[in-house]
Amino acid sequence: MSPVINTSQLTKAYNAFKAVDDLNISVDKGEIFGLLGPNGAGKTTTVSMLCTILKPTSGSATVDGHDIVKESSKVRKSIGIVFQDPSVDDRLTGRENLLMHANLYSVPVSMQRDRIAKVLKLVELEDRADDLLRTYSGGMRRRLEIGRGLIHQPKVLFLDEPTVGLDPQTRDHIWRYIKDLKEANEITVVLTTHYMDEADRLSDRIAIMDHGKIDVLDTPQRLKETLEGDVVDIKSNDNKVLQELLATWLGFVNQRIEKDSLKVTVPNGKTVMPRIVELANQNNLYIESIVLREPNLEDVFLHYTGGSIRDDTTKELHGLSAIHRRAIR
Amino acid sequence: MTELRGIYTLWLREVKRFIRDRVRVIISFVQPLLWLVVFAAGFSARIAIPGIDYQQFLFPGIIGQTLLFTAMFMGISVIWDKEFGFMKEILVAPVSRFSIFMGKMLGDSTAALLQGVIVFVFGFLIGIPFNPLTLLAALPLMLLITVGLVSIGLIIASFIGSLENFGAIQTFINLPLFFLSGALFPTTGDSIPGWMQFASKLDPLAYGVDALRTVILGPAWTPNNPLYVNLAIIAIFDLVMIGIGTWAFSRMKK
Repeated sequence: MSPVINTSQLTKAYNAFKAVDDLNISVDKGEIFGLLGPNGAGKTTTVSMLCTILKPTSGSATVDGHDIVKESSKVRKSIGIVFQDPSVDDRLTGRENLLMHANLYSVPVSMQRDRIAKVLKLVELEDRADDLLRTYSGGMRRRLEIGRGLIHQPKVLFLDEPTVGLDPQTRDHIWRYIKDLKEANEITVVLTTHYMDEADRLSDRIAIMDHGKIDVLDTPQRLKETLEGDVVDIKSNDNKVLQELLATWLGFVNQRIEKDSLKVTVPNGKTVMPRIVELANQNNLYIESIVLREPNLEDVFLHYTGGSIRDDTTKELHGLSAIHRRAIR
Repeated sequence: MTELRGIYTLWLREVKRFIRDRVRVIISFVQPLLWLVVFAAGFSARIAIPGIDYQQFLFPGIIGQTLLFTAMFMGISVIWDKEFGFMKEILVAPVSRFSIFMGKMLGDSTAALLQGVIVFVFGFLIGIPFNPLTLLAALPLMLLITVGLVSIGLIIASFIGSLENFGAIQTFINLPLFFLSGALFPTTGDSIPGWMQFASKLDPLAYGVDALRTVILGPAWTPNNPLYVNLAIIAIFDLVMIGIGTWAFSRMKK
């Protein structure tokens, strides 16, 4: 398969700060490529450069064979974008928004009616097409935006945090669209997200990004496999002391404390669990619960980015402000 | 062709948005009415313009003012679009920044022009003789005046991030342009201080108001400049503003 997107030492710097640092990725035709990372990792900056909104400080990239700087107009014609923040005109109807998009992207007039009808059907907004957008819910607007991104039949669809601020049901709905889309249209999708489950469910390959760099890139399955072994979740009356004990006596290096539990990654969980309990007992520590499970993407993420998700609070805020922005319209 | 379609699409959007905002269209009647009725009634006793009734003198001025205020106000659409994200949708479209600026500018100009026409027709209701031919003659002139003024509003809005700031800056520009334009009183003649005569020469609207009087009042009005000079100056101003506007829009990121 030939790459649809190719970046070579792509960099965006703001004075001394490098938002995107020496990025080299290639995205294959027809895949869903997930860019996973905390807020401020450089995902949106990367997408903005690929969409020709921002000019790279150095390095280069091609999208659908066109250089993002020298042939920005051609790149724009071959991509569809769903932005992180809402970008519809709420004084116009759904159909008018789609029609405007079709005209801006010079979809032939004879094909407009047909394409708009198809897209409306895909995102299940046929019955609301002629209502003003201000009467739409947040999820409906998002669906319309995804539909709008498809009107001109782009080769690549960029989805920047497509489900931020949406309720679980709507998120599920939108995930299904994205999956269906890829299967039905042979479209390449670049998805940025800070939701593990979103990246896990949708992506063919995931690049974990932090501080402007890609830490690791692989299929979700293989990423999980790279964390060899099992994860043991332990809740005890003193996780910190237990962590030290396990390091000293059992030589566990891969440990971290998250909220009220200690997570230990070990090659063979079944055999170490009794020894953990024994060690705790000998040192008068009380274990509330101990659970053995397979590593999930979150473990992978934390393994590679190190420490906890640093935007835990900003993530919430971000979601809230997105809701707020939708609400005030 | 792509570019023309882009311009048309953006023009249509602005016009649709304007027409749907009925409250604004109706309320914007009120201000010109106050000037033409209340202000004119109080002021006409103080000021004498040879050969012309003060209300008649004021009328083209208030049309100019309506164009100015509406045009500047339309700049708010840029801030609105930035605020609600729609600007990004436009900016990433495969349409040049010149076309984006032209589409928005022509759309907003159409809106301002409609507002001006409403006042124009309305003048007849308060006793200013209305002649459809005069309106026809004034229309292209009004459009010419509006283009430059709308551009000022759009350019400022493209640099400004918030509605509050835009409101403050708008007033800061509106009032001097209005007062120095000669809309309310003549800005030439011995009784006018030299600095004001000079400042008035720098006011693009002054040429517009003078031209509007020439067209609307006919021979009763003694123009400051011949009509063609006024037209040429306004046209040059428009072109310069379109140039600056295109530049301002091409540096806009979202």
